[in-house]
Amino acid sequence: MSKIAVDEVAVSKMAVSKAVMSKVAVDKVADRKTTEREANVHRSSASPLANVSQILPFSCVDGPGSRLVIFLQGCNYSCKNCHNPHTITPCDHCGDCIPACPQAALTLDSSGVKPRIVWDSQRCNQCDACLSACSKQSNPKTQQYSVGQLLAQIRINLPFINGITVSGGEASLQLPFVIALFKAIKASPQLSHLSCMLDTNGSLNHTGWHKLLPYLDGAMVDLKAWQQETHNYITGRDNHRVFQSLTLLAQHNKLYEVRLLHIPGISDFDHEIAALSHYLNQLPESVRIKLNAFHHHGVTGEAAHWPNCHEADIQQLATQLSQRGVKHLVLPSVYL
Amino acid sequence: MTLLNTLASIVSDPHLSPKQKSNYLALEAEASLPYVAVSDAVTAAMQAGIICDMFEGHAPFKPRYVLPDYAKFLRQGSAHLELAAATDLDEAINALIILYHHVPSVTNMPVYLGQLDELLMPYVDGVDEQTLYRKLKNVWIMLDRTLPDAFVHVNIGPSDNIVCRTLLKIDAELKQVVPNLTFMYDPATTPDDLLLMAASNICECNKPHIANYPLHASAFDAKGFGIVSCYNALPLAGGANTLVRINLKQVASQASSIDAFFEHTLPTYCALAYELIEARAKFLHQESHFFDSFLVKEGLIEPSRFAPMFGIYGMAEAVDILLGNAPISEQMSDKPSKHYGHHDGANQLGYRISKALDAIVKSTPVTYGYNDRALLHSQSGISLDVDVTPGVRIPYGTEPNPVAHIQALAPHHQYYTSGISDILTIDATVKQNPEAMLQLCKGAFNLGFREFSANVASNDLIRVTGYMIKLSDIAAFKQQGSRTNTTGLGAEAAQNTGILKRQPRVAALELTPSYSE
Repeated sequence: MSKIAVDEVAVSKMAVSKAVMSKVAVDKVADRKTTEREANVHRSSASPLANVSQILPFSCVDGPGSRLVIFLQGCNYSCKNCHNPHTITPCDHCGDCIPACPQAALTLDSSGVKPRIVWDSQRCNQCDACLSACSKQSNPKTQQYSVGQLLAQIRINLPFINGITVSGGEASLQLPFVIALFKAIKASPQLSHLSCMLDTNGSLNHTGWHKLLPYLDGAMVDLKAWQQETHNYITGRDNHRVFQSLTLLAQHNKLYEVRLLHIPGISDFDHEIAALSHYLNQLPESVRIKLNAFHHHGVTGEAAHWPNCHEADIQQLATQLSQRGVKHLVLPSVYL
Repeated sequence: MTLLNTLASIVSDPHLSPKQKSNYLALEAEASLPYVAVSDAVTAAMQAGIICDMFEGHAPFKPRYVLPDYAKFLRQGSAHLELAAATDLDEAINALIILYHHVPSVTNMPVYLGQLDELLMPYVDGVDEQTLYRKLKNVWIMLDRTLPDAFVHVNIGPSDNIVCRTLLKIDAELKQVVPNLTFMYDPATTPDDLLLMAASNICECNKPHIANYPLHASAFDAKGFGIVSCYNALPLAGGANTLVRINLKQVASQASSIDAFFEHTLPTYCALAYELIEARAKFLHQESHFFDSFLVKEGLIEPSRFAPMFGIYGMAEAVDILLGNAPISEQMSDKPSKHYGHHDGANQLGYRISKALDAIVKSTPVTYGYNDRALLHSQSGISLDVDVTPGVRIPYGTEPNPVAHIQALAPHHQYYTSGISDILTIDATVKQNPEAMLQLCKGAFNLGFREFSANVASNDLIRVTGYMIKLSDIAAFKQQGSRTNTTGLGAEAAQNTGILKRQPRVAALELTPSYSE
């Protein structure tokens, strides 16, 4: 689902990886592949290491205050509108990208049981030819981090941040690692003041949430569409789990923000405004309702032909919602 | 162009007001006098662009920056101005406005308008909130319309008071260029919600600039200090008699090696800069009769509290030249780099240069100085600078993320007593999250930043070096001229330094030194 692209984080991220998002191969993953991918993801989540696609030391749009954001690799949604498709699949080390690298920054290490791609960050010039060469919506530059390594990274940035946010990809696919990381932060006298937030597509099940809740300060949840059919069309998955997650988080006072990505003519928030408003009004008043505007940056495939969402579209949606009593609306600061 | 031709084009310039024309005519007149006596070596270094007098003029007859003791003035009145001590808010405001018009500077504008909340607090008893708001709002509008120069600077904080909060509220509402504003922050006395108000204002209009109060206060005596013009910290009841700056990029180009730079080249050019400082300060203090002024006689300034500012710029280029790095470009900025601002080794060399400059400035006596010394300054550039980065900043368009940016520059801050303006460009997403701005500011101070200036992308107001200009004014300037003197500087800087080529970036200039068509 890769929400890093659908909201404004894309704006700050652009500086770091503008090339990343614009040159990704146009490959649509068939539904049947989703199951394989999930199996792959769940296997990797058992490991004590996190599969990290990127770390941002400073973000203003991933929860309250200033935050260090850890983007995990791998997602169980196949959103047509994904702005960072290269974050969807964990790298399977097939090596197809190696010949594409003009800097020879990628090599195959065959010394272990399974071959692994080794990325030399010093040689890399971030041209992203490897992402274009990958046919699996992945990225050979993802890095493995242990809890200890991430804590070290957090300590370096400590004076500047109010907390950390784990995002993705879909962060909850690496739940054991997320729990271990949050637990370690809460246990450290030096770090325990940091709030621990999760940015998620809401697909985690109840059992998973209950394991995480004791260490979680809040979650930002994407609601990609109101109607089942629309949600399915956009993401390839249904949205029952999302509503269950929203309810559970709200009950436990851990729902920080609901995010609605408005895609004019595609998403159904404007058509379902009465039902949507009624639903949002049931949520605790403290919950922020964040409206995000769809844009084409990094988008590949048919969604690249979908209409851009302009300020006027967002204003109209916001007006419709507030007329029906929805409070705490947060609108984008930037439209691309 | 001959002098007469220049004068003729000034008087007939279609874009300048009569007052602006008078100003440029006066500059040309002063520039036609013989230069203060200096050695051939100094003249050669000036002609080569290695040391620079900031176009202050050939015969300095007023100090660069003047910081009167306004509190003393309000308490005692003025015999020269025939004013009694202020007894209420109206009298205090009126008296201050009168005195502002008698405080000179290099630009003829008063660059320091005082610690305004502290000055007015003794007079607000019995004034209700609405009345105070209305009176201060009128003051703010009057300052913008009558002192149209973005170097005109008000200080507020660190204490929490009604004047401070009201001025922050008015400043965010009016979003004017003038006055420039510094908010003093002291973790011991400033409540978080007041700092948050200042941080919200930055998101709203890129002002105020936030100063690390305890760090600045410890660099000056009990009489205090002020932040003036574009973030120069100077002694209160004194100021800067002159500012001479060294182009470190040029100095590095003259050095055959890093060792030679530290052992010979840098000390040699520092010595020449000191010779220029001495010559200029002596003329001001001994020949110009400036210090016969009523400001001195009535104790509002003291000659012994004026210091020369020893400025440097082009640190980034100097380090890259000494290390043999090719000039950095925007295209390189998101890649692993050995350049200044991006690589620990390069940054370490930068700190070593700052430390060496600090040692020179702290050990070199001057005839007219603060405790007989000049004050080191990271100079934020003028509109004529091309291909050289202000002060110790990281080149435009190549800055890393805000946290890495602060971490790379923080170790320099301890050395630059009279100011170091680094400007962090933060994208517009911060607008909805002033808490993030607040935390960034606290993080910067925690690492030793003296001052925190941020520029939020997409704001119409944009901070250029240390003052604000309006992007829309820049666009309009070419057509119709500007009411505000410094917009012209901004337009010139924008063309010469490429500041607007990219994202909202901060440029570097302190003043437009001379007339150019």
